[in-house]
Amino acid sequence: MASANAISQRGPVRFWDRLNISTKRVIWAWAFLAVPIIFYAGIRFYPTFQAFWLSLTNWDLLRPAQFIGFANYQKMFADPVFWKVFQNTFLYLIIGTPVSLVISFVIAYYLDRVKLMHGFIRALYFLPFLTTAAAMGWVWRWFYQPVPIGVINGFLSSVGIPQQPFLRSVDQALFSILIPAIWAGLGFQIIIFMAGLRAIPSTFYEAAKIDGLGDWAILRKITIPLLKPTTVFLVVFSSIGFLRIFDQVYNMTSNDPGGPLNSTKPLVLMIYQTAFSSYQMGYAAAQTVVLFTILLIVSLLQLYVLREKK
Amino acid sequence: MTVTSTELKANSRDIRPGRIIAWTLLLIGGLIMITPLLFMFSTSLKTSGQVYDLRLIPAAPTFDNYIKVLGDGRFMQWFLNSTIIAVTVTISNVFFDSLVGYTLAKFEFRGRYFIFLAILSTLMIPTEMLVIPWYLMSSQLGWLNSYWGIMFPGMMTAFGTFLMKQFFEGVPNDFLEAARVDGLNEFTIWWKIAMPMVVPAISALAIFTFLGNWTAFFWPLIVTTSKELYTLPVGISSFSAEASIQWELIMTGAAIGTIPTLLVFLLLQRYIVRGVMLAGLKG
Repeated sequence: MASANAISQRGPVRFWDRLNISTKRVIWAWAFLAVPIIFYAGIRFYPTFQAFWLSLTNWDLLRPAQFIGFANYQKMFADPVFWKVFQNTFLYLIIGTPVSLVISFVIAYYLDRVKLMHGFIRALYFLPFLTTAAAMGWVWRWFYQPVPIGVINGFLSSVGIPQQPFLRSVDQALFSILIPAIWAGLGFQIIIFMAGLRAIPSTFYEAAKIDGLGDWAILRKITIPLLKPTTVFLVVFSSIGFLRIFDQVYNMTSNDPGGPLNSTKPLVLMIYQTAFSSYQMGYAAAQTVVLFTILLIVSLLQLYVLREKK
Repeated sequence: MTVTSTELKANSRDIRPGRIIAWTLLLIGGLIMITPLLFMFSTSLKTSGQVYDLRLIPAAPTFDNYIKVLGDGRFMQWFLNSTIIAVTVTISNVFFDSLVGYTLAKFEFRGRYFIFLAILSTLMIPTEMLVIPWYLMSSQLGWLNSYWGIMFPGMMTAFGTFLMKQFFEGVPNDFLEAARVDGLNEFTIWWKIAMPMVVPAISALAIFTFLGNWTAFFWPLIVTTSKELYTLPVGISSFSAEASIQWELIMTGAAIGTIPTLLVFLLLQRYIVRGVMLAGLKG
């Protein structure tokens, strides 16, 4: 008995020992990947297909989902609120991305040359990046209040400029929300631009100086072209951020989310309300498919731009 | 032409005022950047009667608001929730993203490229698209209103995996081979030999994951309905909506949510900035 036990215990060990090194390594590799494969399949891929499927149903949490073809999409494209939301989302994107990138590049360009109190000034710009958008939404909301509460209107009235309605105006509310969104992301963009600037070999600058190029010419002919990978990364990163804007809008307009009159409502807030306020899960899923498509186009554009360079 | 621009260049080198102006503008811009934070802290130290006094330094600073806001224990609970969740998710990401990144960088096997592409492709799937299926999954499995329900979507990320893979590719194979000759098993080689060689990448990943989960709002807002399970951002949002026009209390809540990350930053500034640079350049 004892010897039989010993043999059967040795069995798997022998089997393992008999494998050659590369087979062993393949087994190790799949063992390492086992849990992650289950995770990515169950928590990323399966839900993705499920979202596409749900977008073709009328699921509302109460009754089982029924296939209704493209009815959700027809409803969405016929809904004026959807087009308003679509327009808002693009306004966040096409104003937010260029404005934040230009500001952060200018700051990074000059900050990179500053020696005196470099770390301190950099920290001032970087700190807002570490804040919570939900909390800062409320701080900015307070800033925008009318006199005598709001800081900005208080300042405006002290220099003789009439009060502005900011978040209460259909024309100003979207921009009033964009400012904190840009503000919160600047620090990250500045740091990444500075990293990109430092990655440019100094030999390029030395050669340019020998050729007698001025600051402006160096900036245009060397810095900006060589910074292209960094710029493309930041364009895509911040575009995706503005397309998915939610926290600021939700917290700055929480008494009438997306208001006034849907003038600030982005796509993600519409998705949230459709799904978790009206429980039209199928319809909300169709809206997420639209968001997915837009983000996919942005990502593919990035790949295209970067490939062209190589 | 060349001569003139050289002269211009030489001149701009000599003219110091340009640099002084640039430095001053940068400093002013930086101070403007932190103005919202300064006003937030300042107002959190004011009484409700002083809120309308817009001076930055409170006439009679008081911690009453903090005592009031922290007094009923809700913020303590939310703070605890956020900490547990952010720390757990960070540990999970450091472990799994590194393990997968290492496997994809250092092992030869059929299907490696497919797995890599599959994981990378999840970068293109927005969270917002997955929340409805996740919500369905959570309600069927009883994960609503639980730590696990808040955490499970972020336990691994394609971004982290990609970042770690890039760094493990830079680890020389000789070290790993030497360990193999010494008879170490593959798990030990990864954990004891390879991981210590990519510590900067690990800290970058940890910083990003922690910050991302600490400030996360969308999914925790959806998956939690019971106030005891709110994370700090969701708690601040609900507290502020309740407090309505008591701005000094709202600012105190916002300050409580902001102070921890600012403190961590002041302690680890150098590592955080370096980590963000690393992640941004490689990722």
